[in-house]
Amino acid sequence: MADAGRPVPFRGGGFRPGRVRGVGLAVFVLLIALAEWGTRTGWISSLTLPRPSDVGATLLNLAHSGMLWTHLAPSLSRLVVGAALGISAGIGVGVLIGLFSLIRAGLIPLIAALFPIPKIALLPLFVIWFGIDEGSKYALIALGTFTPTVVATYGAVDNVDRTLIRMGQSFGLSWASIVRKIVMPGALPGILSGLRVSLAIGIILLVAAEMLGAEYGIGSYILQAGSLYDLERLFAGVVILSALGVATSSAIGWAERRLLDWRS
Amino acid sequence: MDLTVSSVSHRYGTVEVLRDISLDIPGGRILCIVGPSGCGKSTLLRMIGGLEMPSSGTVLHRGAPPEGCLNPLTFVFQDFALLPWRSVEGNISLALEDHPLSRAQKAELISDVLTRTKLSEFRAAWPRQLSGGMKQRVAIARALAVNPAVMLMDEPLSALDAQTRELLMDDLVTLWTRAPFTAVYVTHNLAEAVRLGHRIVVLSRRPGMIREIVEIDMPLEARCDGDPVLEAHKARLWKLMRDQAAAADMELQHG
Repeated sequence: MADAGRPVPFRGGGFRPGRVRGVGLAVFVLLIALAEWGTRTGWISSLTLPRPSDVGATLLNLAHSGMLWTHLAPSLSRLVVGAALGISAGIGVGVLIGLFSLIRAGLIPLIAALFPIPKIALLPLFVIWFGIDEGSKYALIALGTFTPTVVATYGAVDNVDRTLIRMGQSFGLSWASIVRKIVMPGALPGILSGLRVSLAIGIILLVAAEMLGAEYGIGSYILQAGSLYDLERLFAGVVILSALGVATSSAIGWAERRLLDWRS
Repeated sequence: MDLTVSSVSHRYGTVEVLRDISLDIPGGRILCIVGPSGCGKSTLLRMIGGLEMPSSGTVLHRGAPPEGCLNPLTFVFQDFALLPWRSVEGNISLALEDHPLSRAQKAELISDVLTRTKLSEFRAAWPRQLSGGMKQRVAIARALAVNPAVMLMDEPLSALDAQTRELLMDDLVTLWTRAPFTAVYVTHNLAEAVRLGHRIVVLSRRPGMIREIVEIDMPLEARCDGDPVLEAHKARLWKLMRDQAAAADMELQHG
């Protein structure tokens, strides 16, 4: 009869991702160390993967000779101009789709038709439309970032709490005030998380845009190295693109912490 | 300002929600609308406030709104409807920003309503930092800031726990005795109705029709929980509603 009792087993753990510092960096370091060790021992042949230290040396060379900036500057300006055009048009169209039934009915099928087109396939056409210079590159990146931004934006506008909009109407706020003070701030979290995807697509298309008629640029640097099978330079270019991806993603993270400080 | 609801009927598709409602809403008093769930009482309130159009019938207002009234028909919602990205002060100022007021006038109005609702210390707080009762206080402060002619309160205490509800009822009574306002107060809670209502309108289940109008003459500040007169009113209202509430509970929800 004397049952001392057992503790109730705990089963409420998990499902609560938190912030763990340094692990992301550790994964990078581990993978690079593995590649370095593999290439040095000959376990990985130099045709399969370049030695990370050689890639690093190539990058350093590039930086010392000043060529890094020569390649990076035109790429950055293409990305910034193209993405700015695509994202601002995308947010504008997305908000219109979110607000007006007629525009929604007319444009959603069009956006659905545009989204899956591989924009790279349109590059020759863009060269004819916008010229072989910067115009076609801006257009390619703009179109590539436009569609995902539209989809994210109208989804975000749809998700704005309707009771808040009703509240605005009940206080006699003007239409413009409701859009500016209720719809836009309410849609901002969704728009920002859509921008992560849009900007990553923009970086992917940067390489495609530099396939035609680009002397300098990270994309053309990678493509040249690829056609010469110069793996060190190819990977040096890839590392730069990855760094660009990490930089844009953390820029958005910073913007989220600044603009959405009301959330938590 | 008085309001008159004249033979309002409403249907959503094939479902008839309200049938031939006629009501007088006199100024300076609180009118409660009670009824079983789904009887269209919130719909009726939205029609009185111009947020929804009845299928037939009209809502008229007579007389001019009071001096300095910025938004004659002002709602207080069940779920507070505060903007999470604005502070307490910002949420109140939202209701004032579309009006031609100077910065100083706005600041004065905001300070005044914050004092009246005992929120002065929480001026800069975010809505997420506040309890449910505090959030509803902010919403009430926001409604008071526009100096409404009629307050339209849609189950304002239903999302709160019983103790908070009791405290807020006292606050509403204090606010009303200090400066009597006109209010239409929708609730399913009979205790709230008999504490706050000068006149209580009982709606039947769907389609909502007026079953009875009860007047309670006792002054608001004299009413307290457990008062025998109020308890008698409450018991009578419950008898009126009981069978209907049970039947309404068994109905399928339409829209």
